[in-house]
Amino acid sequence: MPEARVIPLDGRSESPRRRKSDKAPPAGDAVLDPVAPPAEASDLERKLAGALAFVRRRITGDYPIDDFGFDSDLTDSLILPVLRPLYEKYFRIEARGMGNVPSSGGALIVANHSGTVPVDSAMTTVALHDHHPAKRHLRMLAADLVFTLPIVAPAARKSGATLACNEDAERLMKAGELVGVWPEGFKGIGKPYRERYKLQRFGRGGFVSAALRAGVPIIPCSIVGAEEIYPLVGNIPTLARALGLPYIPITPFFPLLGPLGLLPLPSKWIIEFGEPIETDKIGPEGADDPMLVFNLTDQVRETIQQTLYKLLLARRSVFF
Amino acid sequence: MSARVVLVTGVSRYLGGRLAAELSANPSIERLIGVDVVPPRTDVGRTEFVRADIRNPIIAKVIASAQVDTVVHMSVIATPFGAGGRTAMKEINVIGTMQLLAACQKAPSVRKLVVKSTTAVYGSSSRDPALFTENMEPRGLPRSGYAKDSVEVEGYVRGLGRRRPDVDVTLLRFANFIGPSIDTPLTRYFSLPVVPTVLGFDPRLQFVHVDDGLEVLRRAVAEDHRGTFNVAGDGVLLLSQAIRRAGRTSFGFPSPAVSLVGSMFRRTGLVDFSPEQLAFLQFGRGVDTTRLRADFGYEPRFDTAGAFEDFVVGTGLSRIIDPDRIEAVGRTALALAGGVARA
Repeated sequence: MPEARVIPLDGRSESPRRRKSDKAPPAGDAVLDPVAPPAEASDLERKLAGALAFVRRRITGDYPIDDFGFDSDLTDSLILPVLRPLYEKYFRIEARGMGNVPSSGGALIVANHSGTVPVDSAMTTVALHDHHPAKRHLRMLAADLVFTLPIVAPAARKSGATLACNEDAERLMKAGELVGVWPEGFKGIGKPYRERYKLQRFGRGGFVSAALRAGVPIIPCSIVGAEEIYPLVGNIPTLARALGLPYIPITPFFPLLGPLGLLPLPSKWIIEFGEPIETDKIGPEGADDPMLVFNLTDQVRETIQQTLYKLLLARRSVFF
Repeated sequence: MSARVVLVTGVSRYLGGRLAAELSANPSIERLIGVDVVPPRTDVGRTEFVRADIRNPIIAKVIASAQVDTVVHMSVIATPFGAGGRTAMKEINVIGTMQLLAACQKAPSVRKLVVKSTTAVYGSSSRDPALFTENMEPRGLPRSGYAKDSVEVEGYVRGLGRRRPDVDVTLLRFANFIGPSIDTPLTRYFSLPVVPTVLGFDPRLQFVHVDDGLEVLRRAVAEDHRGTFNVAGDGVLLLSQAIRRAGRTSFGFPSPAVSLVGSMFRRTGLVDFSPEQLAFLQFGRGVDTTRLRADFGYEPRFDTAGAFEDFVVGTGLSRIIDPDRIEAVGRTALALAGGVARA
């Protein structure tokens, strides 16, 4: 699948409206932008120049968007830098088994889902971009609900998410993208605190058939720490139903402390990427074998559950 | 089978006229007949103009007497503006198509039917896949306006295909046409100084350049391409990005207010926004063009961004936000910051 590119700007040199940035290299190469200061400029000036180049690209619309609405310029220059302190300083996340994630080509990362708010997806994205040698972008598969909500919907697409449907998953994986899926969905993320680290049903195994059809490896991913950020002790199902939401969370601090209750607890996280389960030997016809799909789904689920128990035993405390 | 006698409906409209002019240059076409209710205002080459309403059975006589072998149906209209309201628009689109197809079915000379349809038949919803292929069903059938008409038109076209299997039916689903000289609700929309958007939504848009669209239509007439094809430029633009590239500013209305604003705009006649276009402004749409490339062997010359740039440059939209001024401000700020840092 061809990436969306900013082609129109080329080949218009005769046009008097030609914008200066047309000569600039592809978005993201901020240092070479026309507003870049000379080489002897200080670090601060370089950063400023980079920021200005970013602002200029944003104002003129001069950045690439892929077919799914992924905005790599915004993700690299704004979204990831905002999430990074959370990853490094707040949750002090330790990413393990990065060698199990291929440096190129499609793969499907399957992870457990928890924490009331999908912070775990965002942190997995940071892990794979900052701590994988190939700086891979994780393309998340998100629930229908996400794309109906104002502000949330475009933000999700720009940060690399798309609708969790077989068509999109297969298209991304066949294009060699790293796709992330949280098959427990709302059952996992919205489960009460007392059921923490107990994996819920893994959907209908749609993710396995998609990986089989695309012939990409499935990488089980176990996330420890996200369960404790917003301990869900209660739910207001009537209000949730009225608002069309899967749940309205009550945590020990929310809504009791108001906006302060929105602050996640600073738990210590571990994200472990497990051994890939190869699917290319089974072939795409395996996707039509429900027994095989069920077995693979169970295998992935069991692997994640066992890894969670192992990581929990090794963890010294929730917060350190 | 190459086309010898070609009939083009909607020849007085922009695309129909341009197509007729292009087909005039094809020497293997012996006779070219253009049909519309008003005479064409543009140069349509050697096209013989026949003033006829496709809603009227007279169209059958035209087809039979000229021994038409290829019918190009271009008169499904997208906007009630200029058609005399939604009722008239629906009548032209649906009843007109039914009459035309009934005439085609009765005429043994007809061998090929090319229909200009739209990707709007896929609808627009939050549950859409990123890209629709021709085999995918819409998540929710369009319930109003142009999109609904087009779904119905496609239904009748498929019906004809079943009843006359000897007729090669080419159904072309075009993304939104854009270019320097075409006038559509969308080009008018982007020409507004302040572009109304839906607050909190940023749809993916896909365009097809008029030149690419005409080339695909030309090939569909000259060559044999049976089936349904999506026609769109590569890639997508976000609405916010397109507005920025056009140098416009935007204002987001909360979604409950949007239909109100939409009907306000409709009343001014300046921009037409029907409800299904409002869904489009929230969720957008993208289509896969693999089948077009494989079967037609044609790579659109303009991708979505390129087509849009050609529209912006060609229509001479003046930039409300001038990038050079932003850059000047940026340089000043940088110089100041550098001065502060050194001080």
